[in-house]
Amino acid sequence: MGSAKRFARYLTFKVILLLITTVIGVYITILVANMGGYVDKLRMSQLREEIGMKIMRDPSLRNVPTTQKKKMIEEKVRLEAERLGLDKPFLIRSLYFLRDAMTLNLGRAQFMVSDSGSRQVKAIILERLPPTLLLMGTSFFLIFFLNLFIGLALSRQYGSLLDKIYIALAPLSAAPAWFYGIFLILVFAAWLGWLPFGGMVDAPKPPTVLLYALNVAKHMVLPLGAMLLSSHFIGVYGNRTFFLIYSSEDYVDLARAKGLPDRMLERRYILRPTLPTIVTNFLLSVITLWMGAIIFETVFNWPGNGRLYYQAIGMKDVPVIVGNTIIYAYLLAVSVFLLDIIYALLDPRVRVGSSQG
Amino acid sequence: MGFLKSFFRELRYYPSAIVGTLIILALVGLAVYAVVAIPYRRAIFLWRGTSEVWYRNPKMVPPEWVNYFRSKKLPLTIDLDSRREGQVERSEKKVGKGKQIDLTYTFDYTADEFPPEIVFYFFPTYHSKQPFVSGEWITPDGRKIRLGNFSVTQGYSFHMGQDKDLARRVRRMFHREVPADIGLLTDPASLPKDTSQPIKQENLRPLKGRYTVHISAITFAPDDDVQAELLVYGGAHGIAGTDHLRRDLTVGLLWGAPVAMAFGLISALVIGLATMIIAAVGVWYGGIVDDLIQRITEINMVLPFLPILIMVGIFVSRSLWMIMVVTIALSIFGAGIKSYRAMFLQLRESPYIEAAQAYGAGNGRIIFLYLIPRILPMLIPGFISAIPSFVFLEASLAVLGIGDPVLPTWGKIIQDAQANAALYKGLYYWILEPSVLLMITGLGFALLGFALDRIFNPRLRQE
Repeated sequence: MGSAKRFARYLTFKVILLLITTVIGVYITILVANMGGYVDKLRMSQLREEIGMKIMRDPSLRNVPTTQKKKMIEEKVRLEAERLGLDKPFLIRSLYFLRDAMTLNLGRAQFMVSDSGSRQVKAIILERLPPTLLLMGTSFFLIFFLNLFIGLALSRQYGSLLDKIYIALAPLSAAPAWFYGIFLILVFAAWLGWLPFGGMVDAPKPPTVLLYALNVAKHMVLPLGAMLLSSHFIGVYGNRTFFLIYSSEDYVDLARAKGLPDRMLERRYILRPTLPTIVTNFLLSVITLWMGAIIFETVFNWPGNGRLYYQAIGMKDVPVIVGNTIIYAYLLAVSVFLLDIIYALLDPRVRVGSSQG
Repeated sequence: MGFLKSFFRELRYYPSAIVGTLIILALVGLAVYAVVAIPYRRAIFLWRGTSEVWYRNPKMVPPEWVNYFRSKKLPLTIDLDSRREGQVERSEKKVGKGKQIDLTYTFDYTADEFPPEIVFYFFPTYHSKQPFVSGEWITPDGRKIRLGNFSVTQGYSFHMGQDKDLARRVRRMFHREVPADIGLLTDPASLPKDTSQPIKQENLRPLKGRYTVHISAITFAPDDDVQAELLVYGGAHGIAGTDHLRRDLTVGLLWGAPVAMAFGLISALVIGLATMIIAAVGVWYGGIVDDLIQRITEINMVLPFLPILIMVGIFVSRSLWMIMVVTIALSIFGAGIKSYRAMFLQLRESPYIEAAQAYGAGNGRIIFLYLIPRILPMLIPGFISAIPSFVFLEASLAVLGIGDPVLPTWGKIIQDAQANAALYKGLYYWILEPSVLLMITGLGFALLGFALDRIFNPRLRQE
């Protein structure tokens, strides 16, 4: 089998698995949300509102008395519910919900309105996606590369003072990023006043693109700092230990004996075999970080999906909460898939083939 | 047992493990003390307590020990209640059908800052006509300020800072605008001479010395009575300060310990054991079972765990125990399965397992008596390291506003503080106290976990 073909097969397998995962995640969401019958009630009341408005405003029905109009509304709601399958048993109905949820067809929010004025849940959620992607994307990128290179540097000089400091600081990762966020805000915003308390840009938007970008960057300093405090040291510790184990392998000693330069040794004999595992470990931390994003954004008032979650919980806006959960399911699946591609590119076993699938 | 002995002997060489163990022991001690000192029902009663439980406390003030670090000392609450023996001078004389009750409150004011509020609470008993009360405030330098005349009902309170007439009298005395409850204590010498100048509150000084407050009540029936409590609220309170509902944070901070420990320990232990059993079953049966377990694990790892938990919190129940059950259910097919699986795969090939099979041991016997006990010690580092993540999970949910509805937890205190913008208002103690406790808990377990990990996985030891 060609390596391209293997590669494609591997990715297809992963896509199917992730799709199944997302469907299961969304289905659990629906099950939980419907435990008190919320989704059912919500659908029916939205239906009634829509049909009621239509009939009450219909000019051709102006002369019909209200009692008869009410009867017409009830009849139409019943028909419409039947058409949409709302009268079916829950098992079948939940599949309809699943289809709607997967396509983000979530109807209207109960209380929340998007900045553009829409009450569609889809609009509200998608509007908040770019800030979330900006913050989390930057964090992932920073964490991965900083952890990798500093880990490599420390493995080169293990036992040094810096190495000891990193080991001593590794237990800091016991606390999540939002927790350090509170401390950083306390010191750098409340006490010293150097950096903003939160948000993404200052209230009057900076006029030029450059100033805007700089302003956003200034608002990102504390969130990124908090993120690094909670995941940098443990990541570096893990990577460094891993590199150390691999650099004591026989083939590395042999290569060293051959007189290969250190740089090449690191790239070919240490980094190459360890990277797939490092990517897998990073994947696990990415999953945790996505979960943390909900509280993280709330603490920093970052106008993303996480804070939207918090606001929706406060307002008890059920469609937005459900929609946001689904967005998180998608975000997780996409992140994992992207890392899977990188993994597949790095791990020769995927292309050359081995006994494991 | 020999294993345990050598294990503890090795533990001594890791100072971080000793520090971690000490922290954990201290926390366990704190948790036990909390449960013994404030029983469960009492803790819930106190934490959900209305103003009746907490009205004697000042609102949102730092702990008393901040005075050690301040040059301008904050006042402590002065509480004089005529219902208590010996705190208030009381005299009665008959007037008409009823009587006149004179209450004299005296206190020394020595702090450098003003109290946040001064309030009189009245507790009259009367049949038909409400007793009539008038009051007078006498400063150490002999100035007399009339507090006002009013008829009192059960639970009537007189807030000096909110009374318009008193505000007018204070303004007349100083010839300019000073809030009444501050004006009553202001040293006239600290006011600028020029009356046209606006007053900056931070420049005002309280007059130190003995204050006297006279309350004179007239009742209209023989057995009617009036009792009154004067509260000059302090600028600091207790070991931990108070929150926006005047609750003493000590209660919440103390009870946060057993709640956090119980949540963290139970979750981590159950998940650790379940994960190990599942991994053992998968490895032993192999084939489809193993495949299925692996696929479920892969799927479970990518499920939006926290959002689902939030949904449960909103739609099903916010109870801490419910959240714990769901957390456990969603975590038993966790990442731990992969590492346990690798260990069991190696173990499956060992000769003693083959021997067990040869003498006809059943599957259950092999899994639970031969496979799992061998790897059980490996559970400990992971178990210890996992505890902080569950402690912080509870805090995270509380910060999002879906903490347990009745129990006080550290996370809920942080959430209260956040919701009341504690950082913006400079009420740092409110956030720092629960955060520091969370941090210490996290660090304690993490330090011990790291050391254990190095003892159990000698490959990680490079020093």
